[in-house]
Amino acid sequence: MGSTAKTEDTPRQAPAEDQDDGQDGSSDGEAWVLYRDRKEWADVTPVPQDDGPNAVVKIAYTDGYSDVYDYLRAVVKKGELSERALYLTEDAINMNAANYTVWQYRRKILKNLASNLEQELNFCREMIEMNPKNYQVWHHRRVIVEWLGDGTKELRLTEIIFSQDAKNYHAWEHRQWALRTFKLFEGELDYVDRLLEEDVRNNSAWNQRHFAITQTTGFTAEVIQREVGYTKAAIAKVADNESPWSYLRGVVQHCEGPLGGVGELGAWCQTLHDDGQRSSHLLTFMLDLMEDQMERQPDERPSLLKRCIEMCESLATEHDKIRREYWRYIERNLSHRFGA
Amino acid sequence: MADDALWCSHVHSGEERVNDGGVATVSSAEQAKVEKNVGAMLSCFLNIGEHDSKEPLLERERHIAYLRRGLKHLPEGFVSLDASRPWLVYWAVHALEVLEARLTEAEASAIVDFLKHCQNPKGGFGGGPGQYSHLAPTYAAVNALVIIGTKEAYDAINRETLQDYLWTVRTEEGSFVMHEGGEVDIRGVYCAVSVARLTNISTQGLFAGTPHWIMRCQSYEGGFSGAPGMEAHGGYTFCGLAALTLLHAHHLCDTPALLRWAVNRQMRFEGGFQGRTNKLVDGCYSFWQGGLFPIMHTLLAQEDAQNLSGEHWMFNQEALQEYLLVCCQHSRGGLIDKPGKGPDFYHTCYTLSGMSVAQHFITTAIHKKCIVGHASNELIPVHALYNVGVEAAVMASQYFNNLPVPPSRPGSCEEEGKGQS
Repeated sequence: MGSTAKTEDTPRQAPAEDQDDGQDGSSDGEAWVLYRDRKEWADVTPVPQDDGPNAVVKIAYTDGYSDVYDYLRAVVKKGELSERALYLTEDAINMNAANYTVWQYRRKILKNLASNLEQELNFCREMIEMNPKNYQVWHHRRVIVEWLGDGTKELRLTEIIFSQDAKNYHAWEHRQWALRTFKLFEGELDYVDRLLEEDVRNNSAWNQRHFAITQTTGFTAEVIQREVGYTKAAIAKVADNESPWSYLRGVVQHCEGPLGGVGELGAWCQTLHDDGQRSSHLLTFMLDLMEDQMERQPDERPSLLKRCIEMCESLATEHDKIRREYWRYIERNLSHRFGA
Repeated sequence: MADDALWCSHVHSGEERVNDGGVATVSSAEQAKVEKNVGAMLSCFLNIGEHDSKEPLLERERHIAYLRRGLKHLPEGFVSLDASRPWLVYWAVHALEVLEARLTEAEASAIVDFLKHCQNPKGGFGGGPGQYSHLAPTYAAVNALVIIGTKEAYDAINRETLQDYLWTVRTEEGSFVMHEGGEVDIRGVYCAVSVARLTNISTQGLFAGTPHWIMRCQSYEGGFSGAPGMEAHGGYTFCGLAALTLLHAHHLCDTPALLRWAVNRQMRFEGGFQGRTNKLVDGCYSFWQGGLFPIMHTLLAQEDAQNLSGEHWMFNQEALQEYLLVCCQHSRGGLIDKPGKGPDFYHTCYTLSGMSVAQHFITTAIHKKCIVGHASNELIPVHALYNVGVEAAVMASQYFNNLPVPPSRPGSCEEEGKGQS
């Protein structure tokens, strides 16, 4: 699922070489020493994975991978919450950052050792930068920040990620959480505005605009006017862009009066149409306005319905052919509801 | 078949290409790149010599071989999925089921045995043997066992401890954490509801408040997000709608808004679905988005039956199949996200599930097929709420509905003794 468990195509990280200094005497650049060859681990009996006699989806683990995880299982089994176990989880995470069990166990160790959490934040940031689409790294970040009670670094972190991928879902979720938890909304609309300046099609940024307003001022009459103006300007830039049209619908649904009257949307759409604009998003929006009008003014239904049917027809056969089945349905639905 | 009978013949005119209106941005540039690649494949397909039938063919045997191979052994690079092994099993087993490739008794037995090794004494399944229980592999394991469909497979699921486990990951407000100490999102809700319904362990208390939490995820766009406030997204929308429906709470959903959002996710040039507004096509959304349509159809039939089509879902079933058949089959077997990407089990599973939805219009009274290309392309129909074969879902429901619902935790109320499918 972008989804329930979408596979990531990020390459697996080799065991980091700079994290076991003082552990086994190895230093940067030296060969990796297996845990089973490390003196300080001699007291531990590794626990192999029990796949049973009929294993399926058997992954060809490297020797180094099995070694780390054999020792990890041993540590978990005896419940060891030590400094060396903490390093071991780091190696395990470097080899597979999606192993939630390791992350969970690491948190248990951090709690037990009362570890330096600032240091943990740095480690976590590196992991996020290497695996920006992984659920576990972001969750870990959130827990550590919660423990620290300090969210000052979080917005900046997400901005670093957005500079690579402005639609990263995990980063947006983290940002929303930080904004809400630490009340950091000041400046958020400006940030969103910058992103939309860069890419007016960035739907995540439009969603964030909606979120920021919902969480702060709400859609008051004044805010609605402002947002309608803002969105019209974006559509003037690129008309065939679904994001602002969708946002506009999200804004005007907070109005009580006729939709076409808000910021003179009815007249404005008509002008675009008269100028030859035939984006399916414009036509769809005009259809919404007419539907709203039919709800409010029963005497205008016959003429409006006729226009609606024509609009559905032109969408089904010319401007939005791929959605023909949908437009046929909308046509029948409107006829049924508003016909004689 | 004549060119003009195919949706993809539009590449000749270029009229369905996205027009950036002279304002190129990162989004429009990426979209243009994909259209170029997809367009090249579609043209190549349409330009095959005149004597060819131009019937796109599903390379069934090749995909089956790819899946069977991986079901046994996977190369080293798969360690990134070492905490998702029940998923690997489910993706392969379900794809094979949809392709009508039967597992041998020995294969089925080995899978059941392996999944038992992933099940924890306190309930639920982990991402591999010895890993903590997690709702996603729990869902995957239960679905895989339901597809295998033997008594041995059904009985491998410890329903009592599974119900205990669901209680431990439930939050006070009715959402679910993915694992103890893990993150909350709408996947958790769907996985919990799906396994509880399928295995008939659901009690009212277990999902108290859950429908309202799900509804907080329906965004202004009409689709659902992973958590309240976030952007509407294909995978999460499927989770939200399927869970609401399984909880009989679909009346809470703004269905017209959802329908509008969902139909707009189908790409006019490519024919496949995108996951979010202004993002790129991806084969996996064939199911996450495509699977919404049968569910929405059922919901709409309750209030607006007279206006619904009796032959088609409300997306372009032909265009989706063309995209999958022409652009998403890898030459070495397996299916893919989009041209240029490599195959994997995840995409193979969800492209095929989506293709099945596109091939079969099924309501309580009607079954109308729409098979693009050769007749041999036909797949078995899938149950959209669970994403297992219809037959497997029905058989499992029959089996588990005859077993009593395990007694609920003290303090929570008993619900109906029989589940539903």
